[in-house]
Amino acid sequence: MQSIVSVRHLSKTYDDGFKALKDINLEIRKGEIIALLGPNGAGKTTLISVICGIVNPSEGEVLVDGNNIITDFRATRSMIGLVPQELTIDSFSTVFAALSFSRGLFGKTPDPAYIESVLKDLSLWDKRNNRIIELSGGMKRRVLIGKALAHQPTVLFLDEPTAGVDVELRKDMWGLVRKLRDSGVTIILTTHYIEEAEEIADRIGIVTKGEILLVEEKDELMRKLGKKQLILDLVEPLTSLPESLLALSLEVSEDGATLTYTYDTQGEHTGITNLMEELRDAGIRFKDMRTTQRSLEDIFVKLVEEA
Amino acid sequence: MNWQGVKAIYAFEMERTRRTLMQSIIGPVISTSLYFVVFGAAIGSRIQQVDGISYGAFIVPGLVMLSLLTNSISNASFGIYFPKFTGTIYELLSAPISMFEALLGYVGAAATKSLILGAIILATAGFFVPLQIAHPFLMALFLLLTCISFSLFGFIIGIWANNFEKLQLIPLLIVTPLVFLGGSFYSASMLSPFWQTVTLFNPVLYLISGFRWSFYEISDVSVGVSLAMVLVFLTACLLIVSWIFRTGYHIKK
Ligand SMILES: Nc1ncnc2c1ncn2[C@@H]1O[C@H](COP(=O)(O)OP(=O)(O)O)[C@@H](O)[C@H]1O
Ligand SMILES: [Mg+2]
Repeated sequence: MQSIVSVRHLSKTYDDGFKALKDINLEIRKGEIIALLGPNGAGKTTLISVICGIVNPSEGEVLVDGNNIITDFRATRSMIGLVPQELTIDSFSTVFAALSFSRGLFGKTPDPAYIESVLKDLSLWDKRNNRIIELSGGMKRRVLIGKALAHQPTVLFLDEPTAGVDVELRKDMWGLVRKLRDSGVTIILTTHYIEEAEEIADRIGIVTKGEILLVEEKDELMRKLGKKQLILDLVEPLTSLPESLLALSLEVSEDGATLTYTYDTQGEHTGITNLMEELRDAGIRFKDMRTTQRSLEDIFVKLVEEA
Repeated sequence: MNWQGVKAIYAFEMERTRRTLMQSIIGPVISTSLYFVVFGAAIGSRIQQVDGISYGAFIVPGLVMLSLLTNSISNASFGIYFPKFTGTIYELLSAPISMFEALLGYVGAAATKSLILGAIILATAGFFVPLQIAHPFLMALFLLLTCISFSLFGFIIGIWANNFEKLQLIPLLIVTPLVFLGGSFYSASMLSPFWQTVTLFNPVLYLISGFRWSFYEISDVSVGVSLAMVLVFLTACLLIVSWIFRTGYHIKK
């Protein structure tokens, strides 16, 4: 898979000495939606800001489509659109003027027809002549997206696009993000909502304390999540598994009092019926049973705690 | 060169003026008129001619400079400070535009506004006193160089300032006094020899003196020295700006 953004050994130490990014390595694939998931203060905004040219890196390098973000900043920045976390926007411009300004700033010749199509996609066409100060928060966020799209970027960064956005709007936003991805735009979004990452990402990167703990296909993560465990409390402790049970994904606890069977809820067969038969044949009896499921939440919390 | 980007910034800044037309144009016109009423008519009628020129006409070049300097600085400094303050500077920093191109947009717009303002003030002055301009080309050159230099100076202040007090500080504490003490309302020859010498350390004196010479061919210092001083100031501002761009001072974290 072709990489569109390569982050290599990137570190950032702010002027006050705070190390916000520590040796970040990340390959973003062309055409994917990748979610950077992490708690507040993890360094998500800093990472995005470095890639977009707002914050200077302290160490390491970033390439966008093979171009260095510092030496070839014109090439890299022309490709990138950024929707910032905060609603920072000139309140006095009209919606249409705001988008036209952004397009010009990014070096593109005026194209009112394109701006019109972006505004229509964002359901802002009615508001094109309104000043931004007159718009609601949700609309302002959409204007920011429109500004980021005004120069037809191929890589779009969305920094916490749905923070403080109501459920309805959040769904609209996800729809929009998918639509953009389908049109060929690579999308990097940050979020601290696990559901959001689950909902729209192709891959998920978990960020905490300036480090990327893991980057994985969402489906892969979900499959791990999809794993359930059946825990059996035995009548008599076992010292080891009988021969006939070795082929099953069974584990004996240290004290031999419980057996744990791991299975895939998304698989065609859970194998539980088979397990029961094998246990009966082996003469193993149990007095109680329960199942547990790991959630992304669990994985996330665990990873973040370990870090 | 990202000319579209330069154009976008320039147009945005000019639009900002249009939005605040009252403050940008009408304000200075009113204050200039007040100066004429107070100094030109009320006080001026009791003052003899200065170097053969009526007092009302004598103060015209100084008044124009007063407005040009303060407005160039405030336009340019506010233009770049405000995005820093509101956070919208993220867009400028993430755009494929060099700081030099951004500067062209901001300083170009601020200088344009000042030029327009200068023309309006001159026209206003024409209502109060008969104007004569001996060297129109030189006058235009002084006007242009002053607008550019002080817009650059304002840009520097806007980048340096990290709060509103700092933004106001230099114009208020340094520029305004220098303009008032730079011979806007008097000729340096009216002062005692000691103060005449002190005045020679005021860069604004050279500006006003040269500018006045282009009107009436009277000056406190020779016009060549005046022109040289403007160029020195312009060069100094350019050097500071290029230093700022190299170090990213107060712009990027
Ligand atoms: N300009 C700055 N100077 C010093 N520290 C900063 C600055 N900006 C952010 N930080 C710190 O860097 C850390 C990461 O911040 P940020 O990237 O905004 O995190 P996130 O977007 O994941 O919430 C935080 O601890 C924050 O306080
Ligand atoms: Mg953030």
